[in-house]
Amino acid sequence: MVTTERSLSAAEVLPQPSPARARQIAAAVPDPELPMLTLADLGVLRGVEVDEDGVVTASLTPTYSGCPAMAEMRAEVAARLTRAGFREVRIRTVLDPPWTSDWITPRGRSALAEHGIAPPAAAPAQGPGPSPGPVPVELFPTRRAVRCPRCGSADTEETSRFAATACRALHRCRSCLEPFELFKEI
Amino acid sequence: MSNDHVYLSLAEASSEGDAHWAFGTGFQDPLHGVDTAVPAGVDRAGLAAYCLALGDDALVLAQRLAQWCTHAPELEEEVALANIGLDLLGQARLLYSRAGQADGSGRTEDDFAYFRDAGDFRNVRLAELPNGDFAFSTARLLVLSAWRLALFQRLAGSADPVLAAVAGKGVKELAYHREYAARWTVRLGDGTEYSHGRMRRAVDEVWPYVEELFAPDEGGFGVDPVDVRGAVEETLAQVLTAATLATPAALPRGGADGGRRGAHTEHLGPLLAELQSVARAHPGAAW
Repeated sequence: MVTTERSLSAAEVLPQPSPARARQIAAAVPDPELPMLTLADLGVLRGVEVDEDGVVTASLTPTYSGCPAMAEMRAEVAARLTRAGFREVRIRTVLDPPWTSDWITPRGRSALAEHGIAPPAAAPAQGPGPSPGPVPVELFPTRRAVRCPRCGSADTEETSRFAATACRALHRCRSCLEPFELFKEI
Repeated sequence: MSNDHVYLSLAEASSEGDAHWAFGTGFQDPLHGVDTAVPAGVDRAGLAAYCLALGDDALVLAQRLAQWCTHAPELEEEVALANIGLDLLGQARLLYSRAGQADGSGRTEDDFAYFRDAGDFRNVRLAELPNGDFAFSTARLLVLSAWRLALFQRLAGSADPVLAAVAGKGVKELAYHREYAARWTVRLGDGTEYSHGRMRRAVDEVWPYVEELFAPDEGGFGVDPVDVRGAVEETLAQVLTAATLATPAALPRGGADGGRRGAHTEHLGPLLAELQSVARAHPGAAW
């Protein structure tokens, strides 16, 4: 054990509770289900604030109402900030405005494609309001210009709107014949 | 802690910090009772009752959808139905938490989901009916998602900011649910003679329970369901026409508002027994 001549003061041991540092730590937390994305990439992290007492408040917006990963995200953000020396960390969930796949960053979109998941196109404009618009009733899945993340072909088809997590859909490439996932537009 | 937006505290992280998300989650911190969260002029009891009814619809239908696991025609459908159920479960959790805040009782989502008997549930009876065949479940999902979507679109402008936020979020999810059900309705209805017949019988079985969706909201808190009727009937007619199916002229079965008064079919009890058995065997358990 190294003996020092004087004990370190709290200010020397603990990092300065700067907003920039808190934001940096929270932003680097990986998504539990899509670990190639950080919470910042996903657009789930909506803000990090540090008050005058050094209390950190990180705001998260769930992707879906029933997203089971939210609890893990909260716990991981809190744990990393605590480990980094922030003594009091609060996590709050922001429901409004609702999360949209448009918030996924360009870096996040590249990371998705690199890992075989087609990034989402622009989300449909279906904001709240009393005009529900026409119901899609096509018998066959919509053919959209989703590019295969493996071979780049645009000749792809949807096999299911729902996949292993709420935020993904199943597609198949008709050129290389490989299945792949699409990050759903909401 | 104080929040600058009332709905932020709705889904406050557990003070225990654990990654719980099933029974025993500690989802709601009783310290954050949020008395100030209900805007002045909003009837608290009416708001609580309204959130409870919408939460019960979602929880009961989510349980029915989960029962399709290992029984669906294809793996993709099983995944789809489970995903839809998960969305609804998420909506139920938020609505239950809101109900407990609004009525001042401080009851949590778990109190509402696991420790009430069938007579205390306020879901529409259509949600609790057994799954039947795939066509019946499809027709039920079509009706309930079309109705819930039309309702949530209007609730997004609610006087209660929490309910508005929950509804605004749910709109995006419900649009997917409605589209899923509409596609299967068309595929089966406009399919073979045999699939058409099965889908037609399913619609005939579901329709006597549709009237209950438009029962007046006694508390007068939310959107008057009567206002929603036009939009829903238009949507359903559009889908049924595409599916070459006629809209049945069905008389309401068992009264027009039974479920909302707690008068349920005999099917809700067994559903709740399965749903609640673990929580009741181990009250207070957490994991």
